[in-house]
Amino acid sequence: MLDRDIVAEYKLDHDFLSEIYALPGGREIKKCIQCGTCSSSCPLSYVMDHGPRKMFSLIRAGFREEVLSSNTIWFCSSCYTCAVRCPKDIKITDVMYALKRLAVKEGKTKGKKAVVLSRNFARMVNTYGRNHETELMARYILEADLLHALKFVPQGWKLLVNRRLPLFPHRMKNMDQLKKILRKVDELGEI
Amino acid sequence: MKYTYYPGCSVNATANIYRDSIAAIAPALGLELEELEDWNCCGATAYMSVKELMSFAISARNLAIAEKHNRDVVTPCSACYTVLNKTNHYFADYPELRRKIGQALEAGGLSYSGNIRVRHLLDVICNDIGYDKIASLAKKKLAGLKVAPYYGCQIVRPDSGFDDPDEPTTMNRLIEALGAECVDYRMKTACCGASLMGTQEELAMRLCKNLLLDAQQNGAHCIVTICPLCQMNLDVYQGKINARYKTKFDIPVLYFTQLIGVTLGLPLRDLGLGRLAVKLTKPMKRIFEGANNG
Repeated sequence: MLDRDIVAEYKLDHDFLSEIYALPGGREIKKCIQCGTCSSSCPLSYVMDHGPRKMFSLIRAGFREEVLSSNTIWFCSSCYTCAVRCPKDIKITDVMYALKRLAVKEGKTKGKKAVVLSRNFARMVNTYGRNHETELMARYILEADLLHALKFVPQGWKLLVNRRLPLFPHRMKNMDQLKKILRKVDELGEI
Repeated sequence: MKYTYYPGCSVNATANIYRDSIAAIAPALGLELEELEDWNCCGATAYMSVKELMSFAISARNLAIAEKHNRDVVTPCSACYTVLNKTNHYFADYPELRRKIGQALEAGGLSYSGNIRVRHLLDVICNDIGYDKIASLAKKKLAGLKVAPYYGCQIVRPDSGFDDPDEPTTMNRLIEALGAECVDYRMKTACCGASLMGTQEELAMRLCKNLLLDAQQNGAHCIVTICPLCQMNLDVYQGKINARYKTKFDIPVLYFTQLIGVTLGLPLRDLGLGRLAVKLTKPMKRIFEGANNG
C-alpha cells in the first residue's frame, strides 16, 4: 500500500527542465547519475526538504513548485563540499545559486530569511561599495527577525566590548564608477 | 616580496583583530602588502544569491584595478578568496560572461585581461615565505601547545588548487613549524554554517558545536583559523553554544597570523589577542608568555 500522494504526469511542469537548462550552469544537471554523493556530503541535507540529489531528480521530472519553494536552496551555505566530491564534476553550488535567483525572480521566497539577508547585503554594497556588517545585521533584524531581536544582543555586546563592532561604514571613494558598472549590468540584463 | 593586498570588508570590521595581527607580522616576515586602492566588496555568497552578473562585475572591478600593478592579489578572507578566484576562472572559461563583464567594466572606464592571480594569505605565507624561514624567525617555539587547525570550507574548494580539498596540510605544517602540536580531527574542513548563523542560527550553532566538540575531544587547547566568518561563529557564539547544548567549551579561536605573531615575540596586545570573545586560557597564556620571554 502506498501512503503518499502520487503526482500524475500531466500536473508536472514540462518546461521547467528547459528553463533550468537555460540558467548559467543549469545544463550541468544532465550529467547527474543520482549517486547521492552530494547529499551524503552535505552538512545540512538532514534538515533540507530535499537533498541535492533529489533536487536534481525533481527538476528533471518537472516538480517546479517543490524545487523553487524548498528550503534546500536557502540552506545551502556554499561550502562546496558536494561540488568537489561530485564524480561527474557538476558545479552543484552554482546550480543552487541559480535556483536561488530563479526563486527570487518568481517570488517564491516567503519566509526565507536568507533572502532578506542577501538582498540587504547587495544594498550595502550598492550604497557604500563595501559591506557594513553592523548596519547589515540591524537591517536584517528589523526586516526578518524583529521578534527575536534580543537573541542577537549578547553576541553584539561581545563584539562591541572587544572593539570589533564598528558603528560607521567604511566607504569606497569612487562610488560613481561602481554605479556606472552596476547600471551597465542592468542594461545588459542578467545572464 | 610585494603583493597587492585585498583586505575585504570583514577584516576592517568584526575581524579587525585579524587586520591588526597581519599588520604586526608583515614587516618581520618581509611581506610587503600594498592595499588595493579603493577596492570594493567582492560580493561574497550573498550578492551571488540575488544577482549573478552584477556580482561578477563588481568582483572583477577589483581585479581590473589590481592589474595595473601586475602583482599577485592576496586576501586573508576565505570568502573573498573564493569569490575573486571564481570570477577569474569564470572570466577565463565562459566567453559570453567575459564579454559582458568587459562591457560593464568599460562603462566604468576599466578593463581586465584576466592576468591576475588571486591567492590566500595562508598560501603566500606558507609557500612563498616558507616554513623554514618562519621557523628561523621564531624567537621561541610554542612547545606544548595543542592546536586544531581549522581550514573551513571555502579556502580549499573548487578553484583553489594550493591544497587538497578534503585533507589539507598547509596550515598543519605551519603550526608544526611554529613548534606547536597539531591535533588530528575529522572536521578540519567542515562548514561552520557561515551566514546561516544569522538566518538559521540553530543549524549553524549545531555545526559549530560539533566542530568544537571534535577539537576538544582530540585535546586541542585552541582552534586556529584563516577566515573571518569561521572565527566569528566559533568565537563569538561559543558562549551561546554552551548555553544551548549544556557544553563547557572554553576553546579560544585564533587567526593563524596571531599565532605567528606570538612566536615572533610580538606583544599579545598588538596581535589583538586580548580582544577574542573567548579569552586565552591559563595554560595558553603560560605557553605564550614563555614564548615572549624566550
